[in-house]
Amino acid sequence: MNHPLAVAFLLSALVTAPAYADARGDARRQVEFGIAVAQKGLWREAIYRWQRATELDPTFAQAFNNLAIAHEHEGELDKARAAYEKALQIEPSNPLIKQNFDLFKEINDRIGRKDGR
Amino acid sequence: MIALGARTVASFILIAAASGCSVGYVEIPLETPIQPKIDVRPFSRVFVAGFITAGSEEVDGNLETVRLLRSQLRNKAGALRVIDADALALADLAAPDNGAAPTGATSGAAGSPPPPAQATGDTTVSDETAFAAYDKIFADKDYWKKVGEELQQPLIVTGTILFRPQQRSGFVQRERETFDSLGRRRVEPERTYQERKGFILRPSFIFIDGRTGETLHTETFREEILYNANQTTPPLSSYFELMDRLLPSFLNTLTAQKVRGSRTLLK
Repeated sequence: MNHPLAVAFLLSALVTAPAYADARGDARRQVEFGIAVAQKGLWREAIYRWQRATELDPTFAQAFNNLAIAHEHEGELDKARAAYEKALQIEPSNPLIKQNFDLFKEINDRIGRKDGR
Repeated sequence: MIALGARTVASFILIAAASGCSVGYVEIPLETPIQPKIDVRPFSRVFVAGFITAGSEEVDGNLETVRLLRSQLRNKAGALRVIDADALALADLAAPDNGAAPTGATSGAAGSPPPPAQATGDTTVSDETAFAAYDKIFADKDYWKKVGEELQQPLIVTGTILFRPQQRSGFVQRERETFDSLGRRRVEPERTYQERKGFILRPSFIFIDGRTGETLHTETFREEILYNANQTTPPLSSYFELMDRLLPSFLNTLTAQKVRGSRTLLK
């Protein structure tokens, strides 16, 4: 009784997996290219690549994380926050994303640190 | 057999998925630019005009702050030229019982050049609660417009500085080093009652448009420091230590700053 179910599950997995793998594979290539250009200081190009990656695969937390960092580099702090939040929404327990976001928040706190009289 | 095959394939898919999720990473240095809070493009000059101060009489909060901010702005304010005119004796000008308080057209002071601090002496008020009585000078557009006209319409920085001693006693946690009978070192947290003294610094910086006399931005900070009661630290040294903490935020009001750090890019 279980066998037909298992076969059906496997078949559906095999049918959908290539499409997912293609999207993730393309997104991964964009992410890696983005990292390479960011390391050369070409952050606008990196933003374009990581944005493309998030469009190809909207569940790719790493792409959102990198996009957030690039926005930080460009001083676009609202966009950086949105991207970090998206990355953490996808992977809430990823320690590296959490660490990046904490460092980002520390800067934000420093900017806003004041005491109203 | 089919079930076994399904399990094998499922395991394969899981391993493949897991390996696909394995995260490579690259740490990268990052300089985050922080945009200034005020658009200073209309100004070519900045004038740190002076401050009304309260608290410790051992530190001249007005002159020390004017000196410190001017030197910082000279190095870090980019295209803004720092005006080296004498600091204003704002407490004297704005004293509640001073009939010559500068209230624009109704006052004689508005028509005359601002007197320098050195000429009029003390700029310290009795305590911080007295600051409110002096607020009118910061809102006096005509006065600041006049000051601006004298100095080619700069951006004007003024405000209040509270720097006062504080004393606090209570339990603090510190680490205690002990050695057991075998000579092994141990460090344990220990709560002890301590008398401590230090200082509170609470500056309020007001940025005024020298063309119109209008306040553009106000920013208030609070910093404090406490030392062991036995420790003797000169008030001026504490003042600089506390100012040092808030200078980046002060400068960021006028100039773009870069915060250095690093982040982790993920593959």
